[in-house]
Amino acid sequence: MELLIALSIGVLVACGVYLVLRASTFPVVMGLTLLSYATNLFLFAMGRLAIGVPAIVRPDAAGYADPLPQALVLTAIVIAFGMTAFAIVLALKARGETGSDHVDGRTPHPNPSPSRGEGLRGSLAPPRPLRERGLGGEGESP
Amino acid sequence: MDVSTINLPLAVLLPFVGAAVVAWAAHFHRVAAAWLAGITTLLALGVLYPALIAVFAGETLIQSWVWMPAIGLDFAFRLDGLGALFALMILVIGLLVILYARYYLSAKDSMGRFFAYMLTFMGSMLGVVLSENLLQLMVFWELTSLSSFMLISYWQHREDARQGARMALAITGGGGLALLAGILLLGQMVGSYNLSDVLLAGEQIRAHALYLPTLVLIAIGVFTKSAQFPFHFWLPNAMSAPTPVSAYLHSATMVKAGIFLLARFFPVLAGTPEWSWLIGTVGMITLLVGAFVALFQHDLKGLLAYSTISHLGLITLLFGLGTELAAVAALFHIINHATFKASLFMVAGIIDHETGTRDMRRINGLLKYMPHTAVLAMIAAAAMAGVPLLNGFLSKEMFFDQAVVASGESLWGQAIPVMATLAGVFSVAYSLRFIHDVFFNGEPVNLPKMPHEPPPFMRIPVDVLVVLCIAVGMLPMFTVAPLLAVAVQGTLQGVPPEYSLAIWHGFNEPLLMSFIALVGGIAVYAVRKPLFAWYESRVRGQQLRHLYDWKIDKLLQVARGVTRGFDRGSLQDMLFWVLGFTLLMGTAGFLSSAAPLLGERVLLPLDAVSLAVGATLILASLLSVVLHRERLIALVVLGAVGLVVSLAFVKFSAPDLALTQLSVEIVTIVLLMLALYFLPQYTPRTSAVWRKWRDGILAGLLGLGAAVLALAVMTRETATLADYFVTQSVPGGGGANVVNVILVDFRGFDTMGEIAVLALAGLGIFALLQQIKLYAPAEDSSGRAWALEANPFILQTFSRVLFPLMLMVAVFVFLRGHNLPGGGFIAGLIAALAIVLQNLANGIGWTAQRIRSDMHSWLAAGLLVAAGTGMVAMALGYPFLTSAHTHVHWPVVGDFELASAMFFDMGVFLVVVGATVMILVELGKLNRLDAPTPVLQGEV
Repeated sequence: MELLIALSIGVLVACGVYLVLRASTFPVVMGLTLLSYATNLFLFAMGRLAIGVPAIVRPDAAGYADPLPQALVLTAIVIAFGMTAFAIVLALKARGETGSDHVDGRTPHPNPSPSRGEGLRGSLAPPRPLRERGLGGEGESP
Repeated sequence: MDVSTINLPLAVLLPFVGAAVVAWAAHFHRVAAAWLAGITTLLALGVLYPALIAVFAGETLIQSWVWMPAIGLDFAFRLDGLGALFALMILVIGLLVILYARYYLSAKDSMGRFFAYMLTFMGSMLGVVLSENLLQLMVFWELTSLSSFMLISYWQHREDARQGARMALAITGGGGLALLAGILLLGQMVGSYNLSDVLLAGEQIRAHALYLPTLVLIAIGVFTKSAQFPFHFWLPNAMSAPTPVSAYLHSATMVKAGIFLLARFFPVLAGTPEWSWLIGTVGMITLLVGAFVALFQHDLKGLLAYSTISHLGLITLLFGLGTELAAVAALFHIINHATFKASLFMVAGIIDHETGTRDMRRINGLLKYMPHTAVLAMIAAAAMAGVPLLNGFLSKEMFFDQAVVASGESLWGQAIPVMATLAGVFSVAYSLRFIHDVFFNGEPVNLPKMPHEPPPFMRIPVDVLVVLCIAVGMLPMFTVAPLLAVAVQGTLQGVPPEYSLAIWHGFNEPLLMSFIALVGGIAVYAVRKPLFAWYESRVRGQQLRHLYDWKIDKLLQVARGVTRGFDRGSLQDMLFWVLGFTLLMGTAGFLSSAAPLLGERVLLPLDAVSLAVGATLILASLLSVVLHRERLIALVVLGAVGLVVSLAFVKFSAPDLALTQLSVEIVTIVLLMLALYFLPQYTPRTSAVWRKWRDGILAGLLGLGAAVLALAVMTRETATLADYFVTQSVPGGGGANVVNVILVDFRGFDTMGEIAVLALAGLGIFALLQQIKLYAPAEDSSGRAWALEANPFILQTFSRVLFPLMLMVAVFVFLRGHNLPGGGFIAGLIAALAIVLQNLANGIGWTAQRIRSDMHSWLAAGLLVAAGTGMVAMALGYPFLTSAHTHVHWPVVGDFELASAMFFDMGVFLVVVGATVMILVELGKLNRLDAPTPVLQGEV
């Protein structure tokens, strides 16, 4: 049984990581959801698995499941929901602002090599504005 | 409370309070700021007065409160002779500078900002010189760096001011790091960070193996702060500050902080060859370089800046000589330098103020325009040159005397008096230049303003200081002697040596050296024209500042290169690095552990149903990845994964988790569906093949790692806290559902934080969705228009019937939560689902008319109820969130335990409902964004 749970956690992590590394926002959020499943299961499993033991204190109970990881995971589930919600709304906002659902707010640039030696002193180079890439210009909104 | 037991911290904190008051008062009246600053300073002096009396009677005051004993940090202050000397200089010269600045600042300059910074700086300096605990001293030390940054960059619109301030901060801040390391080492050696202990442990420290690194680290802190070679170049660049700032920072305070530390640690660190070589050599180089370069400055303040560097070098050199008499001379020179240099900076400010320039090639012959100021300047400059009957002469004689004493057999020893005299020559030459070039030497050249005497109150501080120079110079025994005596005692922490403050010591070597310096200085000044030409052509370009600039440029280039190497503005790349590094660390952990991979625990048997469910989970996960381009389908599969996870919780005896997971799952899928409406329905194929393989391999390895780790833990036995919670749940928390009791009672404070996070997420989402520029697509991806009849009739009808039932279930689950699976989290989710269902089935508009969708008040109420429950416990004298419980018999429901934790759970319930509904309804409201509009560019 432990092997099955470990395998499930592994698969959830692998799928989550793969999706998180995608370029569009929606798969990334899906990946985060999978990763939070994996994390919750993992945390839960840290209390060891127990089948058919009571969850409630009773005088006749022989043993209990470890309640502490359960309490941790319970809040983690709710917090993970909050995080997923925030991430997806952030994705929506980014799409509204940049017009793209790429995680970097742009379609992939063919040549992202940095320009060196711009002779700036004492300050870092400013980020290149999105306008340069011809997306989401202010005049383009319908 | 008796003020005399807290007057040291009071004096230190007063200026900080004053800073806030001054900044506020300046809104009403600009001159009020100056008055308040002056009054604050006077108050601090007044508060300190009884303590000063005690110190002059030979006491050392220590006022200490335990703060963080675990790291040796006390809130501790100390006033001895050395501290008294510096505190007096800081406050008295500060007072004069405040008066001066009141007339110096023009109508365009913000008085509130200036005096607030000034007082902050004053408080920080007082903190440095009055701290008993070294860690606390370090905090004030850094505060001086920060507040001096603000002061130097006071004219923020000026490029040079910003550059100068940044340079000062970079160098003194860097030195501060070294000093911190040194102090930590010192504390480790002594076992205490309190000066009282450290000062007694001198022999132990000097014999310790870590003595040399400690000395070097502390010395770096001192050298950077006190502008010693090779860190001296920040000081001339800080001259872009307003002149009152220069007068304050570079005569009596900021640069003297380093010197103060030398004096403070003199009994602890001095007396070894290492000390003499390091401190003495650096002091000597600084003395010579500063005096030499000062002569060639055309900027009045530049000349004074290099002269300051040179005098600081002199003081450092004296401490470096390591004898007690040399320390006396150093302390004496600290006092004298503060008086004449402050007055000279003020004169420079007056000249700048009244002529509009500081260029000595243009300022000439000012004697007839401002005779009073000229006389003051000449006396102060003469004191700087070491002319007899002025204070500078006395300490310079002592210095020459010590230089002669220090000259031993070796060549280096012989060189000390020679170099001291050489420095004296240049010092006379640049002082002479300050007098002759400015007040004589023909007529002014093309001045922006017609020069005249300054307002009288601007001159009074200079008057006071110059009178002090003369009084000390002529009658040292009746003026400075008591102050010097306590300072010497405080510095040496022992019996002071015999020394004489007489003006006349007979014809001896120091007098000869003084004479050579005077004559030589005049000679050098006489041949200044060819010297200037030579300097301009040969030396000028070779400044350390350029090296510093070059280094900073290189550093930024490297930093930029590294940043760009890792961060190309791509989330994917950054995540890859983070995840890859995680894998690396995890692997290293696995490999470095010698323990067997699996433990001895007896494993649970595997049954067919579990296997089938587990296989479903694995297949569904994989499917959601394979199908992730078909977003809607992938989402449905994702929902299946979540459902299976909740089944797993059921199987492994965690009903609370299963309930939570189930309700969260539904909410999440609804949320993602709503969001998907505004996003492309399909993911384009953009990833290159190599990237897919790379990500796939990384994901596989990480998954493998997680699985192995989980297995390794699950197969081992462990001692857990479970027993404590299980046995304490009923008697301690009044509930049989241990998970719920942990949430609302044992770990209530954690839960408090978690609902706060949830509330913040809800509010954050609400804020993000304001004025969002999203346009709902008019049709789906295959070109079909959306159906308009949104709400199916059957769903509508049933949802309305279900609503009260669902709420009842929520109440039921909430009430039983303490004893049976349930509780605030789950009940909150169920209630939220009830409301969300109404929105889905009947439309937002319909629901909004019946249920208030404004959830801010729910969030606030929930947090208040939860926090209030904790407060009630505090009001009753128990720690925050302590719970109480009692038995209640309720007809129909039966006998149940009523715990105060239930109110806390109520708060949880309210926040969960508030946040969940707020998120979903706000997102749903976007759908109503009026007319369908064309698809945005970039849509696939």
